[in-house]
Amino acid sequence: MTRNCLLCGVGGQGVVLASRLIAYAAMEQGDFVRTTETIGMAQRGGSVVSHVRAGREVHSPLIPAKSADVILAFEPGEAVRCLPYLKENGLVITNSRIVKPVTSSLSGGNYSGQDMIRYLQERTDNLLVVDGEEICRRAGSPKVLNVALLGAAAKSGALGITVEEMLNAVRKNVKEKYIALNETALELGGEQI
Amino acid sequence: MADKNNKILAMGNEAIALGAIRAGVRMAAGYPGTPSTEILETIAKNNDGHIHVEWSVNEKAAMEVGAGAAYAGARTLVTMKQVGLNVASDPLMSLAYIGVKGGMVIVSADDPGPISSQTEQDTRTFAQFSKLPVFDPSSPEEAYEMIGEAFEFSEKYNTPVLFRPTTRVCHACASITLLPDMNVPEPEGFVKDTMRWVIFPRTSYLNHIKIEKRNAELSETLSAYPRNFVTNTDETRKSDTAAAYSAAEKPGLRKGVAASGVSYAYTCEVLPEGVPLLKISTPHPFPEKLAKEYLETMDEVLVLEELDPMVERELLRIAGKYHLPVKIYGKLTGHTKNAGENSTESILEDLKNFLGTEHIKKHTSVSEQTSESPELPVRPPVLCAGCPHRASFYAVKKAMKGKKAVFCGDIGCYTLGNAQPLDMVDTCLCMGAGVTIAQGLRAVEPDEVSFAFIGDSTFFASGITGVVNAVYNGNDIVLVVLDNSTTAMTGHQPHPGTGKTIMGDVAAKISIQKILEGIGVEQIYETDPLQLEDAVEVVKKAADGKGVRAIIFKSPCIAVTKPLNRYEVQQEVCRNCKVCVRELGCPAIVTDGDGVKIDPSLCYGCGICASVCPFDAIVRAESKGGEM
Repeated sequence: MTRNCLLCGVGGQGVVLASRLIAYAAMEQGDFVRTTETIGMAQRGGSVVSHVRAGREVHSPLIPAKSADVILAFEPGEAVRCLPYLKENGLVITNSRIVKPVTSSLSGGNYSGQDMIRYLQERTDNLLVVDGEEICRRAGSPKVLNVALLGAAAKSGALGITVEEMLNAVRKNVKEKYIALNETALELGGEQI
Repeated sequence: MADKNNKILAMGNEAIALGAIRAGVRMAAGYPGTPSTEILETIAKNNDGHIHVEWSVNEKAAMEVGAGAAYAGARTLVTMKQVGLNVASDPLMSLAYIGVKGGMVIVSADDPGPISSQTEQDTRTFAQFSKLPVFDPSSPEEAYEMIGEAFEFSEKYNTPVLFRPTTRVCHACASITLLPDMNVPEPEGFVKDTMRWVIFPRTSYLNHIKIEKRNAELSETLSAYPRNFVTNTDETRKSDTAAAYSAAEKPGLRKGVAASGVSYAYTCEVLPEGVPLLKISTPHPFPEKLAKEYLETMDEVLVLEELDPMVERELLRIAGKYHLPVKIYGKLTGHTKNAGENSTESILEDLKNFLGTEHIKKHTSVSEQTSESPELPVRPPVLCAGCPHRASFYAVKKAMKGKKAVFCGDIGCYTLGNAQPLDMVDTCLCMGAGVTIAQGLRAVEPDEVSFAFIGDSTFFASGITGVVNAVYNGNDIVLVVLDNSTTAMTGHQPHPGTGKTIMGDVAAKISIQKILEGIGVEQIYETDPLQLEDAVEVVKKAADGKGVRAIIFKSPCIAVTKPLNRYEVQQEVCRNCKVCVRELGCPAIVTDGDGVKIDPSLCYGCGICASVCPFDAIVRAESKGGEM
């Protein structure tokens, strides 16, 4: 059986590292893993979508529509954008804080996080909203949003990866001096479940 | 890190690099270009000292450096993106006639979409045009093994070969099982032989005959290449879980599918069991025998591929050549789309239309669902907060306000200067073209000041000849070199002006100013664009001059420098006029219900907003500094 996890956010939020950690953990379990993401022009403040697929045999690097078991959103608007990937009864974990693009400031548009979360509530059966900003504040760094979300995802069980396995992935892939910080973030994320 | 089973998760570009190292590559040269860049970077990172790795000044230089090494018998890798192959096409076309001694693989990464390219050109078509073999991997793990085969193939037939991954192969990661190094003898060295290494009309005629003969033979050989195959037939199917496509449903019609590149992977994802699938890994020379045998068993074949209808044309040719009663569907018949990327969803749709079967799982397309969702913010790529290009463009805009001017752009991050509110890029064509287009525009519109913006790396790659052209022909332009001390767009590679090489060695810093002096440009100004008032004055002076005037705006890319003290808006002074928002389009300046704020996590402290604020409401934050 193939597990599909879609991660989305905005360039600079650490989406890609998070997808690598999930991939690492799935590989440790013995699965064949594929991931892909948008790199290049999309990197500069653009939407970033990372696809992680694990199983015995996986062909396409991109998750087909309506096939994601989990959507891990670093930004609520990006969760809405990626919702067509979610399979029936799939889980959406989203950070509550929006990232307002410069085009929105220019046009005076009123892009609001509450609107996005309301839409997600209407459209999904399994939604978890995480206050990523608060977790980062408690962990003491704005850079651990990605690992905090991974903590929530692992604890939910929807990834088929335990908190312990995720912790191992962090230890194996994160620079020594940041391990303690990321362990805290992983725990705080897990507490959201 | 490899685990106990020698498995790693590698990006396609890393896989290609590791595959080349395993194949004993001794020379690796290239020019950065998405989606190919990480190949050379991975080789540099894993170089044990035996490999000469270089960012060449452009793709033509890389191809020629590579040719020299291959003449001497070394295994050679040359990397570029598809439009880079155009730059390198002069040496490539001739090298196809001359051939090589050491294996030479030219990786030209295609970009269906296009996601970050000027064109949707197809390297496979270029292979046909240049009469060279081309390998077309459909996944990172296939690319890892295939690159070694490409080297062996190149050496065996004394010809350079093309290797063409696409974005979804280059930038996808997959589990890869590492293989032992290949046994490659030491390079023999260059052996002088005028008839072999010097291109002449007479030898080219003879070589042309040889190449045509060889390609006919290769077509035969490649029919037996294990990566060209037919699968998913009744004999090859393995599982009985997925729905089978029953031939009984359409009695008498034998339908099959042909695919190449990543489209093969998408097809495997959704193709019902029992529909024979022809996979083409060497689109040129085309494995004719294999394809003919396949077509003989078919009534209708749907071709799934990206970019040009290369496989489709070949199948049509073979069907015509042997008068086979088979219908070939694809781009040429309007059965598949002829531009943009394929996806599992698009291929599913194509298959539904072709097979007309209900056996295919129901999927909805990603785009058709979003129509009901609330309005989502658009996130076009923008210049980073603190990017010195914003200041440079703004200075020119301010200096030229109310005057007739045209702004020619070029390839790099600064192409983004075209976005609102800066709106400072009127043309962009290809590497280095801004400098020369500006001259042509000025010749027809003499009352206009013609600006040419060019980045430092692009200047070295292909800007210099344009400046020589202007000086020689007395053409009137203002050349604006946006020198941010790196190749930013592709991920901060060093270049001849940086004083560093890809191997991290210290190199001679080549001075853009001295080059311009040497060419004979008489008015050269060098200034920091972040000093906005000075910058505006310099632009005004240059605009008033005659002949070639050059401004070098020197300020490093924020990605290669530490942030300065950030700025903040004094809310009690701010009158919410939003001039800073409207004039600069900086992503760190945000508006919400209460007014204008600067996002401390994004601000790099360039201070341009402070220069444009009419009420001096923006000030340097008191050493509160972000935690960057």
